[in-house]
Amino acid sequence: MTAVRFWNRRRREAGLGYLMLVPSLLVFSVFVFYPFLRNFYLGFFRTPPFPGLPQRYVGFDQYREILTSSAFSNSMRVTIVFALLTVPTGIILGLVLAMLANQQLRGIGWYRTIFSSTVATSVAVASVIFGTLLNPQVGLLPWLGISTTPSILENPKYALLAVAVTTIWQNLGLSFIVMSSGLQAIPDEIIEASEVDGAGPVPRFLRVTLPLLSPTVFFAVVVGSIVAFQSFGQIDLLTQGGPLQKTNVLTYAIYTALRGEQNEGKAAVLSVALFLVTLVLTIAQMRILERRVHYGD
Amino acid sequence: MARVVLDHVTKRFGDVTAVDDLCLEVEDREFLVLLGPSGCGKSTALRMIAGLESLTDGRIAIGDRVVNDVEPKDRDIAMVFQSYALYPHMSVARNIEFPLRSRKVPEDERTPLVQEAARALGLTDLLDRKPAQLSGGQRQRVALARAIVRRPAAFLMDEPLSNLDAKLRVQTRAELIELQRRLDATVIYVTHDQVEAMTMGHRIAIMNDGVLQQVGPPQDVYERPANLFVARFIGAPPMNTIQGSVVVEGGETLLATPGGRIAVPDAFGAAARRSSTGEIVVGVRPEHLEVDPSGPIEARVAVIESLGHERHVVCRIGDEPLVIVRQAADEPRPAEGSSVRLRAEVEGIHLFDAVTGVRLEAPA
Amino acid sequence: MATEVSRGITVSEADRRAAQRRAVRRRIGNVARYTLLTVLAVIVLFPIYITIVNSLLTPSQIAARPPVLFPTDPAWGAYADAWNQGSMSRYLVNSVIVTTLIVAGQIVTATLAAYAFAFLEFPLKRTLFIVFLATLMVPFEVTIITNLTTVVNLGWYNTYAGLAVPFLATGFGAFLLRQAFLGVPGDLRDAAALDGYGHLRFMVRVAVPLARPAMAALAVFSFLGAWNQYLWPLIVTKDARYRTLQIGLRQLRATSIDQVNVTFAGVVIAALPLLILLVIFQKQLVRGLTAGAVKG
Repeated sequence: MTAVRFWNRRRREAGLGYLMLVPSLLVFSVFVFYPFLRNFYLGFFRTPPFPGLPQRYVGFDQYREILTSSAFSNSMRVTIVFALLTVPTGIILGLVLAMLANQQLRGIGWYRTIFSSTVATSVAVASVIFGTLLNPQVGLLPWLGISTTPSILENPKYALLAVAVTTIWQNLGLSFIVMSSGLQAIPDEIIEASEVDGAGPVPRFLRVTLPLLSPTVFFAVVVGSIVAFQSFGQIDLLTQGGPLQKTNVLTYAIYTALRGEQNEGKAAVLSVALFLVTLVLTIAQMRILERRVHYGD
Repeated sequence: MARVVLDHVTKRFGDVTAVDDLCLEVEDREFLVLLGPSGCGKSTALRMIAGLESLTDGRIAIGDRVVNDVEPKDRDIAMVFQSYALYPHMSVARNIEFPLRSRKVPEDERTPLVQEAARALGLTDLLDRKPAQLSGGQRQRVALARAIVRRPAAFLMDEPLSNLDAKLRVQTRAELIELQRRLDATVIYVTHDQVEAMTMGHRIAIMNDGVLQQVGPPQDVYERPANLFVARFIGAPPMNTIQGSVVVEGGETLLATPGGRIAVPDAFGAAARRSSTGEIVVGVRPEHLEVDPSGPIEARVAVIESLGHERHVVCRIGDEPLVIVRQAADEPRPAEGSSVRLRAEVEGIHLFDAVTGVRLEAPA
Repeated sequence: MATEVSRGITVSEADRRAAQRRAVRRRIGNVARYTLLTVLAVIVLFPIYITIVNSLLTPSQIAARPPVLFPTDPAWGAYADAWNQGSMSRYLVNSVIVTTLIVAGQIVTATLAAYAFAFLEFPLKRTLFIVFLATLMVPFEVTIITNLTTVVNLGWYNTYAGLAVPFLATGFGAFLLRQAFLGVPGDLRDAAALDGYGHLRFMVRVAVPLARPAMAALAVFSFLGAWNQYLWPLIVTKDARYRTLQIGLRQLRATSIDQVNVTFAGVVIAALPLLILLVIFQKQLVRGLTAGAVKG
């Protein structure tokens, strides 16, 4: 082959490569990178109180104002509490179910199907179910002896907890599936070896199973936290951020700023904050947790 | 140390019988090899001894105790797995220590035991490493160290050498034998490799389709295979087997084969008469055949395989499957495609029932 | 007293009693396990069960105390109401259309991109791959402000295009398929080249079929993502013509406040498609859901 033909082929190959990336890159540019970067820019402009008036450049004023407001710190607090309520509980419950269903028992397949069944529910389905069941008129709580005056979802003390329970239930199927697949990835021979080596059920779980499961748990913590920080549907359907802002998570605050207050500038600042928080959270988890994770050979 | 007894042990998985009415006694300090092709039930038998598999029927005793209902950890056995099953998140030292920690052996007693086991297997310099940082052979030795550290009543080994390369396997084989002798340990060793079985075991127990075929010292099993399966499974290259019959003509007993008739002692007639249908299979190991111009059997040379120190003359007798003749390298080499005559040593001729496969012998 | 088992092996009375105790304990253990499993199964299933029961009751029966836990005389009318007046049929069609567009689009764009990253050489390949991965760091929620403006300016507000186009590419999918393509033996590419296969034919005839498990995992993953979307369809639709199931459910609940049974019927209608797919594609579903949890 002559050098010229070789280089022609190289160029053709490169051309084909770029061509194949174009569809994705086009979508990413228009709907990911451009809107993402534009948030930072929008944050410098104050949205006028009435549509039609010009936007006003205010520099970092708007960032400072919003990020130091008590509404923002409330949203941050609510978001973090929500994540703390849902993520560890969800993972532990998923792990418990997975351990129980990982035994060789007759009919265990039925239990596995039941435990995974909530993956078939969307956030909306779960929220409407729980919202209706928690409703004081038609719900079952009064009958179970739990007071519903004021109704759970309007009670500042319990509203976030109720949203969290809904979320945990909705994610339980996924958590179960992820934990089960993690357990099944542990070689049988290693568990058998620990059985022969004399480890009882509890030490076996703590010293062998859990360390070998740590990559799965790590994955679940990181992804679960990101998802928790982006929760929106259950808030919109159950509490609309109330009562008394007690469930006004960051994503819901963005939505209210955008659709309710029609305040693009504020929504943009909050979006930048959500991005940074997610980023910091992810990096921090990678740094702190990954060192404790065992990855096999 | 202790003996291990399997008493009419059966294991069924649904409709499949993995182990069928297995009776076997492993003596104290014996190295017993369970040998058979994959799927013959040997690993299942071992796992039942370990307690990792329950019995469908029968009993297993370790020492003087029936252990059917005893948890694996209380059976006083150690097991070496095919994949070694090292705990990937623990150092070598921690791996070796694990059985002691699990049994709550105090720390000051554990350390010297770990050191000793590590020394016995040449692992002293590797104690801080993780399994992922070790070679296959080193991992295998860690698995052994973990097994010996507790001085159990019996060692169970499930194809422990099959993940090593050929050269390392030969070396480790010798080390394992030495270790067993030094520890005076009872070892039950599962393998599909007949060379391992022949070289390592005091006795070999050969299984096929869940059924025990024969138990005995390697030389016995080699020289007097109990049936056609054992005859063909043990030995490399395997025993030649061809259809034949015993005829008596003019007072002389002759063994008729597709390649010609061989004069044999009268006892062969008595043996052949024990065949259920009269049909017999004649078996001769390659080393008991020779190329001899005056030999009674006619054959044609198909291929010659040279191994350096010896050669295998692969012949065809009539339409029968190939027959292998083992020849020293300094013997004259026949040409491929030529006709030759073969002679069989009478002492090396085995007779089997063509239908049941059972070895036929003259009544004593 | 001792019993002869085999030559010389005896079972002492104590051993025998210990064995009996162990057998009893094992049986108790099994009963406990099943009890625990069943209790947990009932708890997990209860919300779904009560939803189905309530969808078959009248509003007054639902409000009755103690609650009706077994519908003796199921009323199916709520389903008809949710399906027709409640527009659930329309929402279902919309969800199917939008989800199909997104899944198909993501598979095509991700396959093309993954193939380029796995099999082709071109300048800036590494950088571009990092660009793809960087999209994973941007939560969709932070892009809605400008995306809404863009969609409105393109005239796509309240259309299928507005619902689907922003999701027609996936960095995760490209990454997943690239890993699968890298697993295709290089010898195959060489052999195919000797047989005169160009890149496109090789991709369609060899690489894609070999990467089928990863493709299926991606399809499941995109499907669930698209089907369950909530925030974007909420802000980019304004009426029943384009509303998806999830948003439709929100609407249904708001409009049938006095008829809780209709809301419950709507929930069942919204959940049923996924439930059916879960039963049929359980294996692929599990693989799709755990595709992200790859080691390392």
